Amino acid sequence: MTDSDQKFIEIKGVSKNFGEVIAVDNVDLEIKKGELFSILGASGSGKTTLLRILAGLEVPSQGSVLIDGVDMTTVAPYDRPVNIMFQNYALFPHMSVFENIAYGLKKEGMEKEGIQEKVERMLALVKLEGYENRKPNQLSGGQSQRVALARSLIKEPKVLLLDEPMAALDKKLRQSTQFELMDIHYELGITFVIVTHDQEEAMTLSDRIAIMEQGQFVQIGSPNLIYENPKSKFVADFLGNINLLEATVTEQSDDRIVVKCEALGGELELNNQDQSNTSQMTVALRPEKVMIEKTMPTENEQKFVKGMVEDFGYFGNLSIYRVRTESDHIIQVSKQNRDRVEQSIKWDDEVYLTWENESLMLLGE
Amino acid sequence: MLNQRSRFIFTALCFGFAFLYIPILLVIIYSFNDSRLVTVWGGWSFRWYVELFNNENILDAAILSFQIAAITATFATIMGTMAGFIMARIKQFRGRLLFSGMIASPLVMPEVITGLSLLLLFVSLQDFIGWPGSRGMNTITIAHITFSMAYVAVIIQSRLTEINDSLEEAAMDLGARPLRVLWDITLPIIFPAMIAGWLLSFTLSLDDLVIASFVSGPGATTLPMLIFSKVRLGVSPDINALATILILVVTLGLCLAAWITSRQNRSLSQS
Repeated sequence: MTDSDQKFIEIKGVSKNFGEVIAVDNVDLEIKKGELFSILGASGSGKTTLLRILAGLEVPSQGSVLIDGVDMTTVAPYDRPVNIMFQNYALFPHMSVFENIAYGLKKEGMEKEGIQEKVERMLALVKLEGYENRKPNQLSGGQSQRVALARSLIKEPKVLLLDEPMAALDKKLRQSTQFELMDIHYELGITFVIVTHDQEEAMTLSDRIAIMEQGQFVQIGSPNLIYENPKSKFVADFLGNINLLEATVTEQSDDRIVVKCEALGGELELNNQDQSNTSQMTVALRPEKVMIEKTMPTENEQKFVKGMVEDFGYFGNLSIYRVRTESDHIIQVSKQNRDRVEQSIKWDDEVYLTWENESLMLLGE
Repeated sequence: MLNQRSRFIFTALCFGFAFLYIPILLVIIYSFNDSRLVTVWGGWSFRWYVELFNNENILDAAILSFQIAAITATFATIMGTMAGFIMARIKQFRGRLLFSGMIASPLVMPEVITGLSLLLLFVSLQDFIGWPGSRGMNTITIAHITFSMAYVAVIIQSRLTEINDSLEEAAMDLGARPLRVLWDITLPIIFPAMIAGWLLSFTLSLDDLVIASFVSGPGATTLPMLIFSKVRLGVSPDINALATILILVVTLGLCLAAWITSRQNRSLSQS
C-alpha cells in the first residue's frame, strides 16, 4: 500500500464556525483508501458539518482538505470526485427513479446508451429492477434509500459520503440494509465516510470509527479497539453500556497501580495503562464482563461483591440486571440466556458478582 | 347531541355559503333578464350580451384591462419570483429584514395611499425627466406590477421554504452548476407556484379600481373604472352580463390554479 493510499482523505487543521458557534474545531483526520469510516457523535457534535466540508457544501473557515493528494478545500461540490447521500435522500420529486439515478451521468454529458446501461446495472446492484418509471412519492422508505444510494454511486466517486443513511428506516430494515451496504462497499471498493449518531450502526459497519464531541475527535480507532479500550469516560459511556465506578489511587508505580474502589469491594491492583496524575479515577467495567451467580464463589483468590437484584430486564437473548451492592452502588450486569429455562435470578434475590481482573479499565477524567 | 350539533354546523355553513354565492348567482341570472329594469324579471334573453358586444366603450375598456393584467402578471411573476427566491434561500445578508419588510408592505398598505403616492411619483417624474408623458396604460401597469409582485414573492417564498435545500445541494453534488440547478430542479418544482402567482396577479390587476383611478389619465379607462362610473348613473342590465363574463373568467382561472397546485402537492407529498 502506498503512502497516498494510507492518506486517501486528509483533513488538516480544519475548523468551521457559524458566527459565534464553532461547529468543527481544528480537526485532523486521515482516511485510508477503500475504508469504511464512520464519524460517530451526538447531534450538534459537528459531524454533519465535517461531512458537508468533505462534500464541498461548506467551505472550512480554516485548514485544508485533500482527497487523493489533491487539495479540495475550495473546490465546488460539482467539481469534486465525491458524492453524498443525504439523510432525507433528497430525491428530485419531479423526476422518475431512472431520471434521478441518471442525473449525475447526464450532467457529465454521457450519451444515452451509456446512461441506460449504467443505470440498469446500478438498479440491479440496489435490487430495484422494474422500478425505473416510478416517481419518488410512489416508493417506500427503504426503496427511496436505495434510489438515493444508486444516484450517489453512479458517477463512481472516489469517496461516498453518507449522512445518517439508516436514520429513516425501521429497525428490522436497518439491519438488513446495513449488511447490503457493506456488500456494496466490498463490491465497489469505494471509500465510504458515514456520519451517524447510532453507535450500533457505526460498530457493525465500520472499519474505523471516529468519535466526535463538541467539534473535536475524542478517539479514533477500530470498533473493537474503542469498545475495549476507550480513552475517556465520555467514549466509554457513549459506546455501549458500561459501569463507571469511582476509585481513588492509593499506590502508583511505573507499571502497577493500586486503586481503592468501594463499589468493587476495596483495593484493586491494575496495570498502569494510563499515566495519570490525578488521584480520582474511574474504574470502567462492561456489563457483559460481570458474572452473576446465586451461590458464593468458592475459589480462594476470586474477588467478588455481594448484592441484591434491584431491577431486571428480559430481552430474550439476554437479561440485564441492576444490582445494588452492599456498599450501596449500582452495578449493571448482562447475562446471555444460553439455556431454555425460566429465569432463575429475579427481583430481590441475593447475588454474587465476579469478574476477571483484565476486564477492568482505569480511566482518567 | 352530536347529531344536533353537526346539524347546527351544517346550517351555519349553508348560510355562510348562501350569503356569499346567492348574490353572485342573482347577477348571473339577471344577466339573462329581458327587462330594462334591473329589479324586474321579464323573461329569458341574451339581449344584454348582444348589447354588450356592440358597446365599443365597454369592449375597449375590457381589452385594455386584459392587456394590463397580462403584462402585470408576467412582470410581477418574474420579479416576485426573484424576490421570493432571495428571501427563502439567502439566509443572511445586510438589510435582509428591511428587504423582506419592504417586500411585504404593499400587502398591507391601503390602496388609496399606494395610488396617491404613485400618482405623486409619476407627476414629479414628468416634471423632472419628462416621462411618462401622458398617464394611462403604462402608468397603470407599473402601479399594478408594484403591488402584485409582493403577492408573488410571498407565494414563491413559502413554496421554496417547503422544499428542502438538500434537493438543490444534491443536484450540485451530482455535477450541476448553480444555473443548471436552478433550471433542472428549482424552477420545475416552483413552476406551479409561479403559475398560481401569475393568475393571482392577473386577477388582482383586473380587479383593481382604486389605484387605477389614481394613476390613470384621461384616455385610459379600465373595466372596473367603467363599471363604477356606469353604476353611479344607475345599474344597467348590461353590467350584469359583463359581470357574468368576468365571473366566468375568474372562476376558470381559479380552477386552473387549484388544479395545478393539487397536482403539485400530490407529487411532492412524500418528499
